[in-house]
Amino acid sequence: MAETTQTYEPGTHPDLPPPLATTGALGWIKKNLFGSPSSIALTVISVYLLYLILPNALNWALFDAVFNAGSRAECRELGSGACWGLANVRFSQFIYGFYPEHLRWRVNLTAVLFFLAILPILWDRTPYRQQWFIYSALFPIIGYFLLVGGLGLEPVETTKIGGFTLNVVIGVTGIVASLPLGILLALGRRSQMPIVRTLCVMFIEFIRGVPLITLLFVASTMLNYFLPPGTTFDLILRVLIMVTIFSAAYIAEVVRGGLQAIPKGQYEAADAMGLRYWQSMRLIVLPQALKISIPGIVNTFVGLFKDTTLVVIIGLVDVLGVGRAALSDAKWQGLAWEVYVFIAILFFICCFSMARYSLYLENKLHTGHKR
Amino acid sequence: MAAIEQESEQLTLGRLWSDKRYRAVITQILVVAGVFMLVAYLAVNAVQNLEALGKTFGFEFLQAPASYDINQTLIPYNSRDTHFRAAVVGLLNTGLIAITGCIFATILGFIMGVLRLSSNWLVNRIVYCYIEFTRNVPVLVQILLWHGVIVTTLGVPRNALSPMEGVYLTNRGFYVPRPVFEDGFGLVVIVFLAAIVGMIVFSRWARKHQEETGQIYPVFSIGVGAIIGLPLIAFFIAGMPMSFDTPELKGFNFQGGMVLKPEFTALWFALSVYTAAFIAEIVRAGIQAVSHGQTEASYALGIKPNWTMRLIIIPQALRVIVPPLTSQYLNLTKNSSLAIAIGYMDIVATLGGITLNQTGKEMESMMIVLMIYLTISLLISAFMNWYNRRIALVER
Repeated sequence: MAETTQTYEPGTHPDLPPPLATTGALGWIKKNLFGSPSSIALTVISVYLLYLILPNALNWALFDAVFNAGSRAECRELGSGACWGLANVRFSQFIYGFYPEHLRWRVNLTAVLFFLAILPILWDRTPYRQQWFIYSALFPIIGYFLLVGGLGLEPVETTKIGGFTLNVVIGVTGIVASLPLGILLALGRRSQMPIVRTLCVMFIEFIRGVPLITLLFVASTMLNYFLPPGTTFDLILRVLIMVTIFSAAYIAEVVRGGLQAIPKGQYEAADAMGLRYWQSMRLIVLPQALKISIPGIVNTFVGLFKDTTLVVIIGLVDVLGVGRAALSDAKWQGLAWEVYVFIAILFFICCFSMARYSLYLENKLHTGHKR
Repeated sequence: MAAIEQESEQLTLGRLWSDKRYRAVITQILVVAGVFMLVAYLAVNAVQNLEALGKTFGFEFLQAPASYDINQTLIPYNSRDTHFRAAVVGLLNTGLIAITGCIFATILGFIMGVLRLSSNWLVNRIVYCYIEFTRNVPVLVQILLWHGVIVTTLGVPRNALSPMEGVYLTNRGFYVPRPVFEDGFGLVVIVFLAAIVGMIVFSRWARKHQEETGQIYPVFSIGVGAIIGLPLIAFFIAGMPMSFDTPELKGFNFQGGMVLKPEFTALWFALSVYTAAFIAEIVRAGIQAVSHGQTEASYALGIKPNWTMRLIIIPQALRVIVPPLTSQYLNLTKNSSLAIAIGYMDIVATLGGITLNQTGKEMESMMIVLMIYLTISLLISAFMNWYNRRIALVER
C-alpha cells in the first residue's frame, strides 16, 4: 500500500491520536473500573450489591410508596412501599412540635432572620459586612422574644417548643454560647498560671470523659439540688446550659490545637510590641489560631447538632420525640422505617451541608503545598 | 495630705496590677476564692435541699434488693439481688457492647478506609456514600432505626426468618446454635493458647532476624495458619468433642441455643457502623498523610508494592491514625450509654435509670455513673498513650 510505505523526514510525522482504549469514556471505564484483576473483582461485587439493594430501596422509597394516606391500614391497601403518608400528615408536628398553630409564623420568621444573621459570618463578601454584624449580634435577643414571646407578643411556654425547631434551638444556642466559653477555656489551659491551668484541664477532661446523656441526667434530676431551695428552673434552660458546657469543652480542645500551631515568634513579637496579654491575644494570636481551627469548630458543631436528639431521653419532645409518639399511635404502629428514615434525611441535609461548608473553608484556608 | 497618701496608695495598687508576676498571683487567688465560693454555695444549697426533702447522703441503698429484672446478663442475676449487683451487671453490659463494638468498628473502618482510597471509581463512590450517610445522621436515630427494624419487620418466633439451618431471626432476638463443649475440648483450648504464645515468640524472632539479615518470613500467613490450623488438628485428634445445641420452636418461643437480644444487636450494629465511618476517614487521612515520596523511594529500591505497604506506609500511617482512633474508641464507649433509649440494660439504664428512680438517690447514683465513665475514659486513653509512645517516631 502507498500509505504504509510512505517515509517521513525525522520530526515531520503528524501526531497520531492516542489509542482508542485509553481516551474518552472507554478509556475512563478501563482505567477506573477494570484497571487490574482486583479492581475487576471489586467492580463485579459492587455491581451485584447495587443490583440487590438499589431497585428494592427505590421501589420502597419512591415507586411503590404511598404519599397520601390517613393511616397505616390505608397505606397497605394503596401500595406495598413506604408509607410517607405519616410524614405528610404529621409534617408540621415534626417541624414545630406543639407550638401553637396560629403562632407558627413566628418560628418561620425566626428561621429567616437566623439565616440573615449568619450570612455575614458564612460569606465574607457580604455587602456592608461590618454593619451587618451588629444585627447578627442582636439576633439572639430578637430570636428569643420571637420564640418565647413577651414585648407585646403572645407568650408561649417553652415546653411547647418541640419537633425539629427544638433541635435547631438547642443546637444554635449551644453553638453560639459555647464558642466564647470554649475559647476562654483553651486560653486558660495554655495559661502560665498553674492554678488556672489545672482548673481548666480538670474541667475539660471531666466533661470530655463522660457521655452527654449522663450530663443531661444530671441536668434533669440533680441540678435542682444545687440551687437555692424553692427555685424552679426551666428544663429546656437546664439542658441548654449542659449542652453549652459540653460543647465548650470540645471547642476548647479544638482551639487549643489552633493555639499550639501558632509559632512562638508570634507571641514573642506581640510581647515585644508592648501589647498586654488580652491585646496580644485579641489582635495577634486568636485571629490566626481561630482561622486554622475553623474546620474543627464546624465539625464540633455538627456533632453537637446531632447530639441534640439526646434530649428525647430526658423527656423533651424533639423531632425524635414526635417520631416516637407517632409510632405509639395505633394508627401508625410499625412504621419504624418511615419515621426514622424521614428524621435521618432531615439531619443528613443539615449536617452534610455543614460538613461541606467546613470542607470549602478548609480548601480556602489551605494555602500550603498540596499534592 | 490625705489626698496625696490616697494617690500613692492607688499607685502601688496599680503597680501591683501592672507587674506581671504579682498580677498572676492576684488573679489566681481570685480564681481560687471564686471557685471555692461557688463550690461552697452549691454544697450549702445541696445540704439544705436534701434536709428539706428528708433525704440523707449515703451509699447504703446499694445493699438493698433491686427488685427489677434485667433481660440480658453476663453473670447470674435475679430481681432479689442487690442494687450493687444490678449495677455490676449493667457495667458488664456496657463493657460487652464497648469491646464487641470497638472490634467490629475497627475491622469495618479499616476495610472501608482502604476501599475509600481504591482506584476503582465505583467502590470509591459507594464507600463515600456510606461514610457520609452514617456520619451525618445522629447515632441515636440509627440505633432506634435498627431496633425498630428488628422489632417491627421480623416476625414472631412462629414466622421466624431462617437464613440457614439452626439460625432463626425473630423480633424477640436472633437464635443461633450454642456450642456444647464435651470432655477433651480442653486439649483444643490448650493447643490454641500454645499456638498464640508460639506465634508471639516467632514474630519477635522474625522481626529481630529481619533487622539483622533483612530476610523476611511470611509471619502473618504462618500465624493465621498456626492459630487456626493447629487447634483444628487437635480438635479432630480429640475426636470432635463438641456438639451444637440448636434452638427449637416450643410453644410461642424458641428453646435452647443462644439468643442475641434485639436491643443488643441493634445497639452493637448501629454503634459499630457509625463509628466505623469515622475510623474509615481516620485511616484514609493517615494513609494519605504519608508522603508520596516514601512510596516512590521504596519502589526505587525495588521493594514490591505489598511489601511497600507493610514495611513503609503502614508503620508511618499508624502514627497518624492511633491518636484519633483512641478518641473514636472513647466515643463509642460513651455513645453506648444511649442504650437506655431502646432498653438495653447498661450502667446508665440500671444504676442511673431504674435504681435512681426506685431509691431516689439521684446524687449518689449519678456520681457513681460519672466516676465509672471517667475511669473508663482515663484507662482507655492511658492504654492508647502507652501504645502510641511505643510506635511513635524515635528521633535522634
